[in-house]
Amino acid sequence: MSEEHDANEPVTLLRTPISLDYDYSAGQSASRFLRAIAKGKLLGQRCPVDGRVYFPSRGACPQHGVTFGDEVIELSDKGTVVTFSIVRVPSENIPLELPYITVNVLLDGADTVLMHVLDAKLEEVHMGMRVQAVWKPEEEWTTSTGNIMYFRPIDEPDAEYDSYKEHI
Amino acid sequence: MRDVAVVGFTQSPSMRREPDRNEVEILIPVIQALREQTGLSSKDFDFICSGSSDYLAGSSFAFVSGLDAVGAWPPVCESHVEMDGAWALYEAWVKIQMGYADTALVYGFGKPSMGDLPLTMALQLDPYSVMPLWPDAISIAGLQARHCLENGVLSVEDMAAAAVRDRGHAKDNPYAQIAGDFTVEGILAEEYLVNPLRKSDCAPISDGASAIVLAAGDRARELRDRPAWIRGIEHICEPMDLGVRDLGRSRSTEIAAEKAGASSGGFDIAELSAPFTHQEILVEKALGLSGTTTVNPSGGALAGNPMMAVGLSRIGECATRIWDGQAGRAVAHATSGPCLQQNLVCVLEGN
Repeated sequence: MSEEHDANEPVTLLRTPISLDYDYSAGQSASRFLRAIAKGKLLGQRCPVDGRVYFPSRGACPQHGVTFGDEVIELSDKGTVVTFSIVRVPSENIPLELPYITVNVLLDGADTVLMHVLDAKLEEVHMGMRVQAVWKPEEEWTTSTGNIMYFRPIDEPDAEYDSYKEHI
Repeated sequence: MRDVAVVGFTQSPSMRREPDRNEVEILIPVIQALREQTGLSSKDFDFICSGSSDYLAGSSFAFVSGLDAVGAWPPVCESHVEMDGAWALYEAWVKIQMGYADTALVYGFGKPSMGDLPLTMALQLDPYSVMPLWPDAISIAGLQARHCLENGVLSVEDMAAAAVRDRGHAKDNPYAQIAGDFTVEGILAEEYLVNPLRKSDCAPISDGASAIVLAAGDRARELRDRPAWIRGIEHICEPMDLGVRDLGRSRSTEIAAEKAGASSGGFDIAELSAPFTHQEILVEKALGLSGTTTVNPSGGALAGNPMMAVGLSRIGECATRIWDGQAGRAVAHATSGPCLQQNLVCVLEGN
């Protein structure tokens, strides 16, 4: 409000900024995942009911509501592109040069997909394409998924459609 | 009206600060234990309703991840209230009354230790004239306590005695956060936290979760030898503006009690979720409880106060005492909003 507000005029605007501080805890499952990725390891967990592997794990199977316990599975940093999108619109949080490719990658051994960026020619990207994570230099690793800079294509034959059709 | 009963109840211990687990990880073992207690799986629930607050979690739609604890695929029939789980139970009860469900899972969960709870609670005040002043929840309650003291509604000794009683009862409650042999003299010797409230006049800040299963008619009788039948449940809300309410009595509790059939009394136990000693006395008066009623056998909110679950737990604490025959008729209370703005009353019976 202006300090020159006329006391006889009705107040028509009130600014009430809200700010609250939180001491956020990622939780036990996410913390375990983040501590592992700080060492370059990708951890998933297996549902005891149907055996599906969740990556990352949130501590319980969202389908069956059962807890995963302490058993973890280390996953490969190779995977298969199950869907992709070519981005031509800028976004505040993503400092990449347009256009770029986002992909959903099904890591080998996982049953949930990871969304990331693919460094490839736009005309090359396709479903079933085999890719691998490109990591930051080890000395820069922290408890962040940002340790993986992007994925890149690798010289392997395309995955069969049946192997990933349930994960599109 | 259909006969609906509480047939399952589990809770986490109330803790000042859960160091490692997030909100959902606090909830997961509570739901797991409820499945084991009732023998039901998530697919057996016709309806699921939860109570939690994104303001406690500090992120929008935080409540959705609570479904991880339940298992929500194939899609389940589910709802959420940004209120204590007692109101989620009310919604589930209505759903069962309407014939849309025979069984329901209800849960409440919160981790207020992540933020500054008394300040977070300021956001529920009138957003134009009160909230911008950022009055914390303890100061707001302190104004009400001062009003009650100066108008002869209650005394500081009455207030201290409520804390002594509740925390004495809580010695038998393994889920309680504060329990022990307190004395009125000891409490009155405490420094003021916010005059006239001393630390022992205030419920603790607690992280925690609880969950309940409701079932109708024969389904309830299959699941429990002696179900805790909900004979009446009602909730009433007063105006948001503190200045237009009589802060020296709880009119909404009185009206809810009348509509829920609590006016005739005869309760063996009462479980109240008032977070301050003077508020607990106001609720006791509004419910017209007599000397034959044991108030807060679990310790109530003053012994453990898991935000968004504490009211639901009061209903659960009544139900467990009906299941095992300790109580025949019980009344549970839940509250929401500043200075007892909104109150829910639930009457439970074993027969």
